[in-house]
Amino acid sequence: MKTESTLEKILAAGHLAVTSECGPPRGALPAKIKEKAEMLRGFVDAVNVTDNQTAMVRMSSLAACIFLRQMGLNPILQMVTRDRNRLAMQSDILGAYSHDIDTMLCLSGDHPHFGDHAMAANVHDVDSIQFVDMVRTMRDEGKFQGGEPIDGPPKMFIGAAANPFADPFELRVARLAKKVKAGVDFIQTQCIYNVDKFAKWMEGVRDRGLHEKVYILAGITPMKSAGMARYMKNKVPGMDVPDELVKRIAGVPKEKQADEGIKICIETIERCKEIEGVNGFHIMAIEWEQKVPEIVEQAGLLPRPSVN
Amino acid sequence: MITAERKPMDELTEYVKPFGRILLVGCNECVTVCAAGGRKEVGLLSSALQMHFMKEGQPFEVKEITLERQCDPEYVEELVPHINQVDAVLSMACGCGVQEIARRYKEKPVFPAVNTKFMGASESQGIWAERCQGCGDCVLGITGGVCPIARCSKQLLNGPCGGSTKGKCEIDPGVDCAWQLIWDRLKALGKSDLYEENIPAKDWRSGRGGGPRKIIREDLAS
Amino acid sequence: MQNFEPVIVAFCCHYCAYTAADMAGSKRLSYPPNVKIIRVPCSGKVDAIHLMKALQKGADGVYVAGCLDGDCHFKTGNIRAARHVDHVKRLLGEIGIEKERVEMFSMSAGMGEKFAEVASDFTEKIRKLGPNPINRTAFAEARQAIG
Repeated sequence: MKTESTLEKILAAGHLAVTSECGPPRGALPAKIKEKAEMLRGFVDAVNVTDNQTAMVRMSSLAACIFLRQMGLNPILQMVTRDRNRLAMQSDILGAYSHDIDTMLCLSGDHPHFGDHAMAANVHDVDSIQFVDMVRTMRDEGKFQGGEPIDGPPKMFIGAAANPFADPFELRVARLAKKVKAGVDFIQTQCIYNVDKFAKWMEGVRDRGLHEKVYILAGITPMKSAGMARYMKNKVPGMDVPDELVKRIAGVPKEKQADEGIKICIETIERCKEIEGVNGFHIMAIEWEQKVPEIVEQAGLLPRPSVN
Repeated sequence: MITAERKPMDELTEYVKPFGRILLVGCNECVTVCAAGGRKEVGLLSSALQMHFMKEGQPFEVKEITLERQCDPEYVEELVPHINQVDAVLSMACGCGVQEIARRYKEKPVFPAVNTKFMGASESQGIWAERCQGCGDCVLGITGGVCPIARCSKQLLNGPCGGSTKGKCEIDPGVDCAWQLIWDRLKALGKSDLYEENIPAKDWRSGRGGGPRKIIREDLAS
Repeated sequence: MQNFEPVIVAFCCHYCAYTAADMAGSKRLSYPPNVKIIRVPCSGKVDAIHLMKALQKGADGVYVAGCLDGDCHFKTGNIRAARHVDHVKRLLGEIGIEKERVEMFSMSAGMGEKFAEVASDFTEKIRKLGPNPINRTAFAEARQAIG
């Protein structure tokens, strides 16, 4: 065991882990994040807290994670390389660990172009792979990226993202290999609608033995409507939504589309359970967090294991 | 070359309107190649400015001159015979040239006529694209001749990110994904194993991060 | 503006537009004397600066007349000319001078009627538009002087 992270313990014990996510509010009022997080208690093992998602300013992930910790939940600190240089990043990691936040996700982040501050400087002092390497060095060697020793190294369980659906496909397994080489402990994938493509990617992952070196959580997002399906298919980069799926949802009357979306979601989870190398699920119910308990239950993932 | 684009006319007329006579200085190198500040553009801008002030009924004269380049003191010196006959200088060179004129002719107001953009190359006639950001530590040898600092929107050294779509960048379908280009080149060169190497975090001191830079050649400096 | 006679400069390519002008002449088709014709080997030779200088020196309207699409004796000179005209229109727009004061027209060598029609229509358009704004102050002063 590399850390005290509950998520690590659950995965190490061989259970299928379940994580979900919460977006902090667009202001300084903590009530909303506490509400969203509370809905997930008992249904997930850990909760991602996003970092200025889609490049829109929100309460800092670190601050929101502290609230979750105080509520007795397990937050996963998401951090992007877009907004901070390596000093600020290491500083925030130390701050997080001092508040018992022991799990984090290292990401590049959406380009400011998509957000509310397109005019901001795009930092990227380091990229996500160098970031993973940096956190691992802090944890395992007790050293800052610059080489100096850390007085009280943070024992972070290190996660990153993987997107089997972005182009070019032939590189997507190699990119995971790079993250594994850098020291990543667990991966959450982009949400899966094209299970066949995901299975193909997993085949490549297994061919290189990567499934034995990193825990893989399959990303799952329920469709709310045919409109959402079409939007995700056409407007979101790096997303693969098969035509049959859009047709299936569109073929159902509007009031029934949300239910159909949940059905598809459960089916996806069941299919992914059968894929060797999948160690759990990361359920991202964007603006639909209240559905997570239902999904976890119907997918047969309750009760959540307890570990110490 | 260094690329630039002429500033909008209303900004330029604002700069020069307090003056009765200006020296409009072009440059025969980069800004000529990207059609922003060479002899031709000096002629056009001169005509446009004069017509603007004639319309306003305001007397305004333009002296036109195009130097070989404005980033070497020997050429900037050539303005000496003209400088006292004008009230201000409007330079069509890149930021380097404007500053060298300002440095040499301290008492004369100098204004930029163009917005300097980037170091780039011609993709085809009339189209120039960014190629280099002067990071000071070139990695082109291991990325198949495509720069991830200048051409990846997130300057990833271990790309691509999850937003790469059909060889294009997530922010604009008109922008190539640099890492797609790098991968294609490495494959073509039979060097795809280079991709597997994790490139470590960059030392930005060789670039802008270390402060304004200077090169001193002992063998050439007097 | 009863006393306003527009000064029009027309750059005409030797192979088509200028020949059309000749044709108009031999057919006794009249066109306004306001139009001063300048013969060029190809409309593509007319650069943006020539159009700007014509206006700067007081022309109220300027046009380039070249060959019909695909018929340019030098292949793409007429396309270049059209681009130069567009470039000048944009520049004029930026300094607050009407873009209609510069135009591009196409005709073949035999189109005498077209030549005369273009000359008349353009002159009328500029007459309605009024004097080149850079002349306005000078024009107004001159009018005042005459009384």
